Amino acid sequence: MNWLSDKGLIWIYRNYEDCSGCRRCEIACSLKHEGKIWPEASRVRVFMLVPGIEVPHLCVQCYDYPCVEACPVGALSTSKETGAVLTDKDKCIACGKCIEVCPGKVPFIHPTENYAVICDLCGGDPECVKACGKGGWNALQLIRRWGNELDIKLYAKTPEKITKDLTAKLYGEEVAEGV
Amino acid sequence: MRGYAGKFLEVDLSSENIKEIKIGEDVLRQYIGGRGLAAKILWDRLGKQWEDVDPLGPENMLLVLTGPLTGFMPGGRICISGKSPQCNGIVGSTVGGEFPIELKCAGYDGIIFTGVSEKPVYLFIKDSDVDLKDAGHLWGKNARETVLTLIKEWRRDFESRYSRRGLLKEPAMLYIGPAGERMCRTAAVTHKWAHAAGYGGYGAVMGSKKLKAIVVKGTGPLPDVHDMERTVEIHNKIVDAGLRMDLFRRWGTASAGYSTGAESSSEPIMNWQEEWHNEESFGVNEFERFWVKRFWGDYGCPITCLKVAVIKSGPFKGAVTDNPDYENQAYLGTNLGIFKPEGNIYLTALADDLGFCGIQIGNLLGFAAELYQRGILTREDLGGIELKWGDAEAFAALMKLIAERKGIGDILAEGTYRAALKISEIKGVDTLQYAVVSKGIGIGAHGIRSEKDYPHYVSYACSVQGGDHTSVAYIPIDHGGSELAAMIYDSGVFCMFTFFSPETQNLLWDLLESVTGWKITPEEWYNTSARRILHIQRAALLLGGPDIRWNPKIHDDVPKRWYEPLSKGPFSGKAVDGKRMRESINEYYRAVGWDENGVPTSEELRRLGLDDVDEKLEEIRRSLR
Repeated sequence: MNWLSDKGLIWIYRNYEDCSGCRRCEIACSLKHEGKIWPEASRVRVFMLVPGIEVPHLCVQCYDYPCVEACPVGALSTSKETGAVLTDKDKCIACGKCIEVCPGKVPFIHPTENYAVICDLCGGDPECVKACGKGGWNALQLIRRWGNELDIKLYAKTPEKITKDLTAKLYGEEVAEGV
Repeated sequence: MRGYAGKFLEVDLSSENIKEIKIGEDVLRQYIGGRGLAAKILWDRLGKQWEDVDPLGPENMLLVLTGPLTGFMPGGRICISGKSPQCNGIVGSTVGGEFPIELKCAGYDGIIFTGVSEKPVYLFIKDSDVDLKDAGHLWGKNARETVLTLIKEWRRDFESRYSRRGLLKEPAMLYIGPAGERMCRTAAVTHKWAHAAGYGGYGAVMGSKKLKAIVVKGTGPLPDVHDMERTVEIHNKIVDAGLRMDLFRRWGTASAGYSTGAESSSEPIMNWQEEWHNEESFGVNEFERFWVKRFWGDYGCPITCLKVAVIKSGPFKGAVTDNPDYENQAYLGTNLGIFKPEGNIYLTALADDLGFCGIQIGNLLGFAAELYQRGILTREDLGGIELKWGDAEAFAALMKLIAERKGIGDILAEGTYRAALKISEIKGVDTLQYAVVSKGIGIGAHGIRSEKDYPHYVSYACSVQGGDHTSVAYIPIDHGGSELAAMIYDSGVFCMFTFFSPETQNLLWDLLESVTGWKITPEEWYNTSARRILHIQRAALLLGGPDIRWNPKIHDDVPKRWYEPLSKGPFSGKAVDGKRMRESINEYYRAVGWDENGVPTSEELRRLGLDDVDEKLEEIRRSLR
């Protein structure tokens, strides 16, 4: 591993403990992509399975892109510049294969359209990160990555799993048991 | 219509009939939503027989209403209303969270409940799929368990129904705890474990209807607006104004637990026997030791003034709540003689879990403790509890008795005012003098004796929401801190904290226009729309009934306690002056168009087209002559 290499790839680092649950990331994302405030169509969605335990859930860009591999119609591709997964809305048949193979169950079918919704990193300047940084919460931070690290895929977890671990950490094991 | 989803749900719990209804644009333009619309709906449907409607009977209604600005103004809230079992009038009681956003995204501006269910139920909404579900397994459950159970059940259901479409976020829910189920008049309608629509006692109304919860998932966008570009532009300016509230963002209201005592001498201490303390152990820095989240907020809020507090060791281990915010610090802290965070966090978490309003239950516990201090209530009366100031565990034990309506708890569950009447009767002692309430509603934790806090002489005496510290009477009436200004954020419906900066107060009317397309000027608001809401609320309050009625000559006043001088701190010796109080009240009456007895005048009501209110108030005028 070359700790100093900089291929210009970016990643949205997520620090769940610092998420205020304000969901300004959802507002910023859905305004950018949908022109509306639309929580369930936002590419980043904040789950709150336990009050006070908020989990911003979005694509991690796995090194081996299982979703892209699994797509039966070639609707998913990766951006060379950013490493983001891009959806070709016209090709996508909303079959759900990408959701099935995603270790974090991150993609979802658009609430009213027939295509898979996946974070496209806004072409390199993500609106969610700007909204989060502006408020000083910094739960989402734009950082450089070295390459296609294996470790990054480990962040692709379901909201349930992240919630359980975070509840234990913030509220203690006893509270987490009830989750 | 822009900014509105365009339809409301009407749910008759007696017949289990659910229908969609529309409300005309003329009504919405005048009453906006939330509190204003609640006043209009309640008056139209129940006004004629108002004094006969039992707030806890099947004829009362429960309203759950958003407004056009909900979601577009940062910091969305929802308004709960109905005939209040505390003041027997109308209270617009709001709570922040994601519920109103989910509801609008499901396609509804609000829900109107009528009747009562035979068995415990909850309402479930997923977009246009609306159904009453059995809540037998939830009845009796506290807040923590209710929320986790419902989220688990509905996530499992969503996953089985929509697995190919991927995960949906969890639904949002409003619910009651055991206190609401047992119709304690101090029960709140609650959300997110630690959020409550407390004033008004609508948790008891939900309980009377056997409605345990309302669960909603909306997958659509917020409604279309008149001018989206302009809406986003103003929205962003308001966000920036919120982000500039540096200290407030970091401390929330949790710094006030110390400063309201030490600086302004207006904090309830031991049932308001004092309002000054200088206990550094109650400083925000001491509370920070328990914060696991330094910013916590509701949908779209830039300020995120809430914090999450957790107790990880010791006798109160496992308590989770917000900051606590100032009101809970004061009422479940200093008002009970508690000056350390641990006991205060514990009692706040317990109140949340049982489904109490922290203010109302703290007011009630303080009242009970003073009766114990004075030997009016004994250890035997209290079921063996030694209710000593500062003993968090003793207060917890009594809080549980109240939620269960066991022993003395059954009397106290009627709230401070009604309990005082009852205990006075049983003991043959006037205990009303120790009840710090206005129109049956425990007064918010901001006293007026030192005159260093924001409320003034008329604030609680003339408010149409009694002791509600978020809706205080004020002169001039078009001031940003007046009750008529409160009506815009309660009808909007959005958080008052996003309304603090003068910049936001100016932008608000532009935002309302860009969202709805209606050009409503502040002048129009303060002279007509807000006046209509005020007068309807005042009329309902004066009519009251069936168990309690208010006489403005007696009840437009502050508690007896506040006529006693403060005896500690830099403002010791200060008390409310009776002559000045009557003069201030008369000045307020004139400013809002009420006669010398505090009844809205015929001329004022006719000017606003409220002829039916005028006719109904004629009997009140006659009785006061």
